[in-house]
Amino acid sequence: MSAVDIHSTHGVGHDAHLDHDHEHEHHDNFITKYIFSTDHKMIAKQYLISGIFWAIIGIGLSSIFRLQLGFQDIKLTWLKPILGEWILDSGKIDPNFYLALVTMHGTIMVFFVLTAGLSGTFSNFLIPLQIGARDMASGFMNMLSYWFFFVASVIMFVSLFLETGPASGGWVIYPPLSALPQAMPGSGMGMNLWLISMALFIVSQLLGGINYITTVINLRTRGMSFSRLPLTIWAFFLTAIIGLLSFPVLMSAALLLIFDRWFGTSFYLSEIYIGGEALPNVGGSPILFQHLFWFLGHPEVYIVLLPALGITSEIIATNARKPIFGYRAMIGSMMAITVLSFVVWAHHMFVSGLNPFLGSIFMFLTLIIAVPSAVKAFNYITTLWKGNIVFTPAMLFSIGLVSFFISGGLTGIALGNSAIDIQLHDTYFVVAHFHLVMGAASAFGLLAGVYHWFPKFFGRMLDEKLGYIHFWFTFVGIYLVFFPMHYIGIAGFPRRYYSFTGFQVFNKYMDLNHFISAAAILTGIAQFIFLFNFFYSMFKGRRAPQNPWRSNTLEWTAPIHPGHGNWVGEIPSVYRWPYDYSKPGASEDFIPQNVPLSATPESNLPHEQGLIGDEIEDMETGVVFDKKEEINAPTVKDHKLPKGSAGADQNIRNIGGDPEKL
Amino acid sequence: MSTTTTVIDKRRKGSIWDGGNEPLKASYGKLMMWFFLLSDAFTFSALLVTYGMIRFSHQAYDPEIHGTFKFSQDYWPIPEKVFEAVPFLHGYELPLVFVGIMTFILIMSSVTMVLAVEAGHRNDRNDVEKWMLWTIIGGFAFLGSQAWEWTHFIVGTEEGSVARFMENGKWVEKTIFGANLVVNQYGPPAFADLFFFITGFHGTHVFSGVLLNILIFYNTATGVYERRGHYEMVEKVGLYWHFVDLVWVFVFTFFYLI
Repeated sequence: MSAVDIHSTHGVGHDAHLDHDHEHEHHDNFITKYIFSTDHKMIAKQYLISGIFWAIIGIGLSSIFRLQLGFQDIKLTWLKPILGEWILDSGKIDPNFYLALVTMHGTIMVFFVLTAGLSGTFSNFLIPLQIGARDMASGFMNMLSYWFFFVASVIMFVSLFLETGPASGGWVIYPPLSALPQAMPGSGMGMNLWLISMALFIVSQLLGGINYITTVINLRTRGMSFSRLPLTIWAFFLTAIIGLLSFPVLMSAALLLIFDRWFGTSFYLSEIYIGGEALPNVGGSPILFQHLFWFLGHPEVYIVLLPALGITSEIIATNARKPIFGYRAMIGSMMAITVLSFVVWAHHMFVSGLNPFLGSIFMFLTLIIAVPSAVKAFNYITTLWKGNIVFTPAMLFSIGLVSFFISGGLTGIALGNSAIDIQLHDTYFVVAHFHLVMGAASAFGLLAGVYHWFPKFFGRMLDEKLGYIHFWFTFVGIYLVFFPMHYIGIAGFPRRYYSFTGFQVFNKYMDLNHFISAAAILTGIAQFIFLFNFFYSMFKGRRAPQNPWRSNTLEWTAPIHPGHGNWVGEIPSVYRWPYDYSKPGASEDFIPQNVPLSATPESNLPHEQGLIGDEIEDMETGVVFDKKEEINAPTVKDHKLPKGSAGADQNIRNIGGDPEKL
Repeated sequence: MSTTTTVIDKRRKGSIWDGGNEPLKASYGKLMMWFFLLSDAFTFSALLVTYGMIRFSHQAYDPEIHGTFKFSQDYWPIPEKVFEAVPFLHGYELPLVFVGIMTFILIMSSVTMVLAVEAGHRNDRNDVEKWMLWTIIGGFAFLGSQAWEWTHFIVGTEEGSVARFMENGKWVEKTIFGANLVVNQYGPPAFADLFFFITGFHGTHVFSGVLLNILIFYNTATGVYERRGHYEMVEKVGLYWHFVDLVWVFVFTFFYLI
């Protein structure tokens, strides 16, 4: 039986189940279906739409401050209708608002777009679908996770409209700027709302992360061992672990900061004069905050990046029509990155007065990260090598990610050296580095994921031509923005400065700044191509076939419009790893994970041939079981699991999608 | 695992990690509790690291430099001198006796929690009720003791201690009694800040634990778990309760012993 036959038997299986399913079908009303949904797919879409909303705001903010940075004398009076008093009468941006712009751009892009928008969307969407589960372990907690995020979003959004402005002390909110409300306008109510919003955000992350980890451990379908998990799931799993262990530390740091702000404690404050007046606070340490913050802050980089790398692994293997090169090395390198991410945080603090000896230890640990990162980069390249590459937009974005990961990663090796960091710290070199390796790379992972899984999200295809145009504008644009930025960084431009006109030495680099700003704004405008494509295709796009990319993973065995429960009838069992692309001897160049070895004698490897005897086929349903499993697998009777969770009783429920849509 | 009687055949070639299974032999709810506790452990670790760092940046008391011990803003106080009061024994110096009693109460409530979980395994509703009730009483006793200890700490000693403050650009000397988040009779303000924050944060955990225990007790008493056929909720909340107890051991060590 070939892979194609499997699909047709599935189709028959659906029909056979139709009558049976009607009695189980629960009809959702608008609120339970679209708003307070416990379906992981709907929650993923909620995260995706929220992420897109935040990305528009985040990129919009950066366009405004790029105008200021590139064209120092520009008159922005035309922005007055939107920004009101933030545009001074002279037509310039209020310097305090400039600081708020960079702060909110960082906060929004790092947390709301690339953490919630990326992990929230794809972990939620792909974990149950790719491991073969009906839903997350706890759909209710998953819903709570989104709604905590939503409330956090609302509070952060409201802070943009305060008269004193949103938080302005940088996205890293170092005290004393963040701890003293009188320090700057943004340190008042703006900072309060920032802290409240982030506290809720952390709760949301923990609720989500605990769910992801538990789901991957407990709800994998039969045969889906950890060594058969798609690399996406490995990445989401490890990302969730990183978040689970690092976000609580930010929670502690934020709570202590709240006490310093509201209740007069001095955890982070000592011996400060404001306007010649001594403050009463003694005994605290602002460096303490930096340690606590970067204990989250550095792992956060990998929270943002790992899901993008996982998505890329999947897309590159699928579209190169080749097994991923070094599957186990990929897992190992991700694990190494996970562990190392927790022991490198002080490389953000080389110039904070850190003991130089400690600095060399952190430098050493930081540079070790180059090893697993290089393993990943080489594995991507060797997967592409001599591949039968299909250049879908998703594939282009994935390759783009690899490019950014390498060019941004190389400068990381330079920056990781504590001696070089003294020169480059807080310059545009750092800005260029992390925007390439973490910002652009992760954003490309997000976009690649949207292009690749859009058919599964909405049952329709994104327009390819618009996808190509979007890719080339964005890819070229990002290099045009961030490549020159390295030079102005080496020239010494400090980041977060409002204006450089006061420094003679910087004058000759102003043309580079013009260039960067122009490129940045054009790249920002190019994103509207994607927005149009996204919303247009959602309703009017070409209808998607069941497996548009001829991919191996389980989500493509589910109906085109999967209902709550994902699969109609039995959940597919898994008999092989997810990367059987172009297997020698096989009639097709892909063999989905749910195709048993007994169906593919022509392509089985010698040791796989020996495993066939363990599988038997059920004559009535055509479903193939593992003989051992049939005897020993837990049966419905054995389980006494609590009700109320779609994931928990996945062995009991036998329902799935909306039959009309199949 | 208590709720699932999955029999794993030892002769099977495959692994328990092959999917379609609960590889850690724990339900999803119990796993979630474990992961939450792991995460919460990091929250507390961050706070204790904060304590360590601030404590380390302050002067320690040294008899050769500072002479006989008295409360002073210049060095970190000796905990035994700060926490030496016991209710109804006014005037006696009983270093760490009261906090010792508190710790004992909390550990005993963990013991009764273990007994409740064990009774749950036997599906013995009456015993679960009994031991949950004791655990709740233990929790309230601990919280009450902590309230007394806080009150004593806030009110301070009768004689107070003299501290220097910068006011309107001049140094002034004032006698302060007790401690709050801004001034502290017993030593540097950071000592009181950390004391209130960390024991308060722990106390909040204990309080939520007591609320959960009450919920469990209520559900047991109304037969919810009996109808459900298992007492896994007792086990999950038990995990939380033991964790809170374990955290207290660390808090106790950091604040009172070191």
